[in-house]
Amino acid sequence: MADVTFTVDGKQITAPAGTLLIDACKSAGIEIPAFCYYPGLSLQAACRMCVVRIEKMPKLATACTTTVAEGMVVATETPEITQARKATLQLLLGNHPLDCPVCDAGGECELQDMTFKYGAADSFYTEPKNHREEQNWSPVVYFDRPRCILCYRCVRMCGEGMDVFALGIQNRGSSAVIAPNIAPSLSPDNLAHLDCEQCGMCIDACPVGALTSGAYRYKTRPWEMNHVTTVCTHCGDGCKTTLGVRSTSDGAEIVRGDNRDKSGINGDFLCNKGRYAFDFANSQERITTPLVRQPNGDLKPVSWEEAFTVAGKKLRELRDTRGGKSIGVIGGNRLTNEEAYLLQKFARTVLGTNNVDHHRTADYVTFTQALAGQKGRTASWNDTKSYPAVLIVGGDPTNQAPGTAWNLRSDVRLNKARLYVANTSEIKLRRQARAFLQVAPFGYGALAGYLAGDASAASNAALDPTALGGFLEAVKGEEKLLILIGSELRGADLKRLIEFGLTIPGAKFALLSDYANSRGAADMGLLPDMLPGYTPVPTPGPFTEHNIPSEPGLDLLEIFDAAAAGNLSALYVVNSNPVARYGVDPAALKDTFVIVQEMFLTETAQLADIILPAANLYEKSGSVTNSYGDLQLVQKAGDRSGVRSDFEMIVRIADKMGADVKALVPFGKGLRADMGQSRGAQSGEADRHAVWLTANNLEPKLSPFDPWAILDEIQRLVPGYDLLRLQLLSGNDQHLEPAAAAATASRRDLVLPSGDGLFTSGTLGRFSPALNDVQRYQAGEPLIQIQTAAD
Amino acid sequence: MPTLVSHPDEVKVISRRFGQGAADIDRYLELDGYKAVQKAIAEGPDWIINVMKASGLRGRGGAGFPTGLKWSFVPKQSEKPKYVLVNGDESEPGTCKDHVIFLHDPHAIVEGTMIAGLAIGAKMGFIYLRGEYRYLLKIVEKAVADAYAKGFLGKNIFGSGIDFDIVTQSGAGAYEVGEESALMESLEGKRGVPRIKPPFPAVVGLYGGPTVINNAETIASVPHILLMGGEEYAKIGSERNGGTRLFGISGHVERPGVYELPMGYNLKKAIYDVAGGIKDGKKLKAVVPGGSSCPVLLPEEIDVGLDFDQMGKAGTMLGSGGIVVLDETVSIVEFALRTISFYQHESCGWCIPCREGTDWIKKTMTRIYNGGGNKKDAANIQYLAENMMGRTFCPLGDAAAMPTLGFIKKFRKEFEEYIEGNKAGTPIITVQQLVGAH
Amino acid sequence: MSTITNSIFTPETAARFDHLVTLYPVKRSALVPMLLYAQDEVGYVSDAVVAEIAQRLDLLELDVRNVLSYYSMLRTKPAGRYNVQVCTNISCMLRGGYEILDHCKHKLGIGHKEVTADGVFSLEEVECIGACCWAPAMQVNYDFHDNLTTVKVDEIIETYRAGKGKDVK
Ligand SMILES: Cc1cc2nc3c(=O)[nH]c(=O)nc-3n(C[C@H](O)[C@H](O)[C@H](O)COP(=O)(O)O)c2cc1C
Ligand code: SF4
Ligand code: FES
Repeated sequence: MADVTFTVDGKQITAPAGTLLIDACKSAGIEIPAFCYYPGLSLQAACRMCVVRIEKMPKLATACTTTVAEGMVVATETPEITQARKATLQLLLGNHPLDCPVCDAGGECELQDMTFKYGAADSFYTEPKNHREEQNWSPVVYFDRPRCILCYRCVRMCGEGMDVFALGIQNRGSSAVIAPNIAPSLSPDNLAHLDCEQCGMCIDACPVGALTSGAYRYKTRPWEMNHVTTVCTHCGDGCKTTLGVRSTSDGAEIVRGDNRDKSGINGDFLCNKGRYAFDFANSQERITTPLVRQPNGDLKPVSWEEAFTVAGKKLRELRDTRGGKSIGVIGGNRLTNEEAYLLQKFARTVLGTNNVDHHRTADYVTFTQALAGQKGRTASWNDTKSYPAVLIVGGDPTNQAPGTAWNLRSDVRLNKARLYVANTSEIKLRRQARAFLQVAPFGYGALAGYLAGDASAASNAALDPTALGGFLEAVKGEEKLLILIGSELRGADLKRLIEFGLTIPGAKFALLSDYANSRGAADMGLLPDMLPGYTPVPTPGPFTEHNIPSEPGLDLLEIFDAAAAGNLSALYVVNSNPVARYGVDPAALKDTFVIVQEMFLTETAQLADIILPAANLYEKSGSVTNSYGDLQLVQKAGDRSGVRSDFEMIVRIADKMGADVKALVPFGKGLRADMGQSRGAQSGEADRHAVWLTANNLEPKLSPFDPWAILDEIQRLVPGYDLLRLQLLSGNDQHLEPAAAAATASRRDLVLPSGDGLFTSGTLGRFSPALNDVQRYQAGEPLIQIQTAAD
Repeated sequence: MPTLVSHPDEVKVISRRFGQGAADIDRYLELDGYKAVQKAIAEGPDWIINVMKASGLRGRGGAGFPTGLKWSFVPKQSEKPKYVLVNGDESEPGTCKDHVIFLHDPHAIVEGTMIAGLAIGAKMGFIYLRGEYRYLLKIVEKAVADAYAKGFLGKNIFGSGIDFDIVTQSGAGAYEVGEESALMESLEGKRGVPRIKPPFPAVVGLYGGPTVINNAETIASVPHILLMGGEEYAKIGSERNGGTRLFGISGHVERPGVYELPMGYNLKKAIYDVAGGIKDGKKLKAVVPGGSSCPVLLPEEIDVGLDFDQMGKAGTMLGSGGIVVLDETVSIVEFALRTISFYQHESCGWCIPCREGTDWIKKTMTRIYNGGGNKKDAANIQYLAENMMGRTFCPLGDAAAMPTLGFIKKFRKEFEEYIEGNKAGTPIITVQQLVGAH
Repeated sequence: MSTITNSIFTPETAARFDHLVTLYPVKRSALVPMLLYAQDEVGYVSDAVVAEIAQRLDLLELDVRNVLSYYSMLRTKPAGRYNVQVCTNISCMLRGGYEILDHCKHKLGIGHKEVTADGVFSLEEVECIGACCWAPAMQVNYDFHDNLTTVKVDEIIETYRAGKGKDVK
């Protein structure tokens, strides 16, 4: 829209016509107070805090509903306005419990800030305040009614934002109240409850302490935490999350997860897992000492030194006696890029094997190969917020990539984007879709074929094949189309779908996978036939310098087959649980020497000869790449004494094997990259490293345990990872397009979707009390009432 | 059954058919029924709007907006269907005029609705009655059904090629739903919370379509105006206030009732002549002239013409035409408390100043009433009311603040004496806690 | 035939509701009257009423509860067979509305929003019911009674007690 110019507090401002005054002022640095206004949600004009004086208007006007107009003259802070706001605050405070000292929102409360600003602290009411008991709506959502100022942000967030509609407004006048969707009369305990996605977005939106988080409430004060912004470990969206961390006797405990600064790629959004499921890190079940299996079968706690020595010696011996090809390496989906890169490099250059793999949750090899040579055709997650049209084939973002679903809904709501959904199930996003095509069971291949022009595939493509024509026409009519692809599409089907998409000039693509760094694991070459950047093993290109065995290795299933056949001398598993995932018969590993780096005694760890207690993604630094190929910074938040990062452990084992650590981690070459990220908020890690470094006569500043030491090499060698370091370190996301070589001969895709939903997260999720509580609650088990500090 | 009253000063336009069995469609037809709508069809929309403009009819719902002008705001072309919505929510305390129209002349409302529809190009009209008016709803439902049976409603009305439907609707107890945008919300099956304006209903109204909303009395006047001509109608009233209106005179008068008086008729005469003066020969203390939201007038202030402009000049409002008369025995503290209790109960709760303001004023007044008042209370009440005025989301906040300010300013002394006096322990009865359904 | 199988309403009411939803451009418009009519039949808006109406209008039960709790005539607990609603708003108050209310309280032995033990009467103090010029006034169910005196109230109550008054519908 055309720009208009107007005056606010004597200052000339220009903004597009149609902009809300409150937003236009904000962009110009003039902050207008507001409770009910929330960008992107429907307008309410209910709190009356944003009142301003506009010339020629008889009454004070609400800046949240006024659109700017040419020549408008506005005053935002006059005695009259100040008085109006003050009076509003006085009215609110009349019934508001002044329990700020014990309120979770204390220090982070908009009402508190406004009262401070407008000095409305004097109370002239003698009547007692209305008291109501706090309500436990779900394990993670608590409601304190007297604190509620009825701004309706939560109601809109839940309905408009989440498309859940679990919150409503009931009664009227001064009895009006926010109510959840399970009425007391329908609940076994006669109390109101919430049946919803438990995302906690309502808590996030609440400007006061009316809605509080079950996971955090009454634990600490905001100013007693260090706030560390990092990336959520759970799904492939890679939301930014801010972890509140507090020192404990054995490290640093994460007490809160939220989306405080909203500066991340996820904008306003954070789901239930991002918000609450950090608590696996605090689990008492974590392994915190290295364990080595004794001849009698017992696992015995040993010192780190001993564990590394045994591991290094044994690996070296097996490599030297039975050959590198007898060793398998399996990495995880929640390692950093640096760790994944290092792991495959260690496998290939130290162990001398290409038997490297990970639990693949989407076929990125085909994806990148199909887009080989195409520049600018992969979508960033940011594109899902703004693209005018989106086709989503397969997948179920609402459950598997909730942030993507949020963006798509926002795109439809705010930009009137056209969403086309093709799915075998009636996924929830069809509610926002302009067209929904129900794909026949197992029909994605046929659908891809049909889209690519094979009319004969129609009958197997859709439940109602007559709907195909119109759907295809509509999709083809789009000039700028974002094609989101679920992990159901792989290999030839995926290739065909992309080929169809490429016929639409403005089309971009993304392939959805399941965990924080599933994409990074593939990009970094945790694959038997692909080196980092989808460089085929036989033609190593930039990796020639590493002298990698030229034969592709065994994939994950072949590794276990080899083990069962007695041909696998050793297996090194880093943060992965393939035994449970792939249903491996434990007997298969009886003749294999197994080293596992893990947080918990998982099904895989239970079979290990050496277990090395590992840090998780919240306890280390590095970078991760989301499903879309957006690279982001991971910063160390929590800490647990007794565990070490996978990065460090790989280096230590390499060292014990007698490998050239300098060649593995070229820390001498790079610049000093650690700007504090690796040490976390508070830790003795730097000192811990210093001992080893001094012992080895190494320059302490250039630590080989510093994951940034290998970022230079990633940047230098991995095709498409030409990232901007400053962008990364300043916490911005950047979109990368790993450029694959053209397609190789047919290969097994081996994709096994995680099958996770909103309240599960692979093996890790099993160790999150919050997720378990929510699962039980959603399954209908009664709430366990927790005694609170304020009671 | 409401008793009908009459007085020689009355000018019977709207009430012409009252008491004559006009709820029966055949009787209505004998009394010139459904002639105006046929004339409207013959003459067309522009003519209707011009007649309405000439009539000087101003909305009888309370705000007094010129009806012809309102209709002319509706865009001629519209993608979405247009609607007529008749506001029969009549809930302003002191007001019972629409009540008698529904009872005695329901077809006038049906016919008026059709004419409004013709004027703006709507094909559908809704007549919304407050939930308490169930017996009246049945009368209106029958009128609508009879009109359908005669072929007056439905397809091709009076051979015009135009279709027009009317649906009757019941509310379920909520004063705020009388506010036009809240009324639309209620009719759409939602909570009666008003909408953000602009857009105004004439542009975006019911179901997003352009909508004309008029009070039931406004609509009932329309057929009469079309038959008698706009200018003729205008002449009856005062300057810029055309015609007559139904005034409900209640409280301490000898002959309470609904009287049809020309606009501009003197308030004092209305009380002393038309309604027979103060009951039992008592002295007049105060008059609430147009429903409970209008600031109170003192006896020396009532020599004023009953029209929108003159009442405005007198510092109050014509409102809904409900004149409530208070004799010397009335305690203003109690009366003010009862008034604010109503608004506190009826506030929809959407916006802070109204929701919290009405609540705190009520609490403070209750405490004063019960003998616990303190010196600062009167000032606090005034502070609260002043800070509600003009700052709420819809006019209900003003409707609560205005009378409060009137009472506290004009009867400040009475409040203060009351507060003082109770310190000495005057026995007091408790006002009922009105908590409604909640 | 009702569009709902196993409707909790009588066939007449169910048929009426089937028809009601067809009258409006949007089904949901039937919500408020439907709740009131359902209450007339069932006596109050029960959980079952909420569920069926939600189903009829394709709404969430929460939507229905949000709306029903807004309107003061709708109740979620049973009232007496005859619900006596006395207006005490300004016009009635000036002409003895509170005396009428007090009289009813004594006569029926119940307070505001209470129900007699036999379930025959309930009492409510209500806001203005649009009978100001015929004050004081009250409604019993939907029937208006105006120009009340305590004697008249006694007669009215006796009439209902004798079962001669109209039921809710
Ligand atoms: C709180 C509030 C309550 C209202 N109640 C009614 C009412 O019961 N009946 C009515 O006709 N207008 C009522 N109005 C006025 C309507 O909003 C609207 O102005 C009117 O129906 C327009 O019709 P008119 O132009 O014919 O007067 C009310 C307004 C407010 C602010
Ligand atoms: S002023 Fe505000 S709270 Fe009061 S009725 Fe209007 S919108 Fe509702
Ligand atoms: S922000 Fe404008 S009224 Fe609340």
